[in-house]
Amino acid sequence: MLKKRIIPCLDIKDGRTVKGINFGNLRDAGDPVALAKKYVAEGADELVFLDISATIEYRKTLADLVRKIAREINIPFTVGGGISTLEDVDLLIKSGADKVSINSAAVRYPELITQIANKYGSQCVVVAIDIKLQNEEWMVFTHGGNTATSLKATEWALRVAQLGAGEILLTSMNNDGTGEGFALDITNQISNSLNIPVIASGGAGKEEDFFLLFEQTTASAALAASIFHYNTIPVSTLKKYLKAKNISIR
Amino acid sequence: MIAIIKYNAGNIQSVANALERLNYECIVTDNPAEIRRADKVILPGVGAASMAMSYLKEKKTDKVIVGLEQPVLGICLGLQLMCQHSEEGDLKCLGIFNAIVKKMPPLDRVPHTGWNNLKERKGTLFTGIQDNDDVYFVHSYAASLCTTTIAICDYIQPFSAALHKRNFYATQFHPEKSAFVGGQILKNFLAL
Repeated sequence: MLKKRIIPCLDIKDGRTVKGINFGNLRDAGDPVALAKKYVAEGADELVFLDISATIEYRKTLADLVRKIAREINIPFTVGGGISTLEDVDLLIKSGADKVSINSAAVRYPELITQIANKYGSQCVVVAIDIKLQNEEWMVFTHGGNTATSLKATEWALRVAQLGAGEILLTSMNNDGTGEGFALDITNQISNSLNIPVIASGGAGKEEDFFLLFEQTTASAALAASIFHYNTIPVSTLKKYLKAKNISIR
Repeated sequence: MIAIIKYNAGNIQSVANALERLNYECIVTDNPAEIRRADKVILPGVGAASMAMSYLKEKKTDKVIVGLEQPVLGICLGLQLMCQHSEEGDLKCLGIFNAIVKKMPPLDRVPHTGWNNLKERKGTLFTGIQDNDDVYFVHSYAASLCTTTIAICDYIQPFSAALHKRNFYATQFHPEKSAFVGGQILKNFLAL
């Protein structure tokens, strides 16, 4: 049976792991490679590295970090943050990333999704969608949540799947960093409208939040950062808890 | 020395990294002499089947692979290329295994992405692997069950998760990305 995945996310800024609250107020959370190894040992199913500095000077440093991670860890990992061209993707894949995650660039230039899928296969393209509730409608935001768009979350999700995305990483900005649980309704609605896996993100604060996600939605995976970084809930403890609750977990 | 066959597919470096973690020396090459000389050969791959097959043909690596006598391991796309035929681009493949590769029917989420377990495991490739051990899959096409199937995975429908015929082995999953379980399977292959 296919297992539900638990995915720690490492936000990277200038080579360090950081974590913010509601997309702001960054706190230092440690060395990415050391954290990555710790998560693998604890039973993480995949890892996501999102580079939130993503300046041009930093790009080369990110590729170096990706190479280091690829040498050290034996589970799949996704790299995202500031990817805007197929050349950016080439560099990260060549450095050892299994998948890339694109966000703002996909909104600006949707054909990029298809280009990556054609070159590396759909399984390589994760489209990250940051959403926020605006006048009772979930809308898509870009540029780390700073820029509003006219795209409705449900419609954009459908479109990126048609363009060749292999997975969607759906982050609710309303929930992110609050520790009050995932955005269950919109996650389930989008997941049910698609035939590709949806990774839910934003809001995990306790073990039960993951249970509710997998019990009440069809999401394929859960992504979280702070609760793992600060050891609030170690990955191994969470997985043991979910197994005991009869969720299909590795 | 382990030869990893170089072609225009993703994840080749991942396999090299995995071998390094297990302390095996390897080279990534499309040179026929180097491939023939190696103790073991690995054909990895992620990506489109037809592009990969054209590259192998262009470098004449296709004929080299079929004629190898040392242990050979195909991974993911590598497994699919070692079958008879792939529906992806209506492609005639290397024909080592008598399985046919077809697009997974869209009755559940495709690509089949994530950790799944292996049933009816046979042979030394799976020494030390238990029923509840999971390995990492990510694929949209799958090989049918056939007489050379040595492990089955059931997602949407049962398919060949691993194949073995003479010196040829192949896995649809990624042992190089399957944590310590995958490491054990790679070690089993490398110890052949």
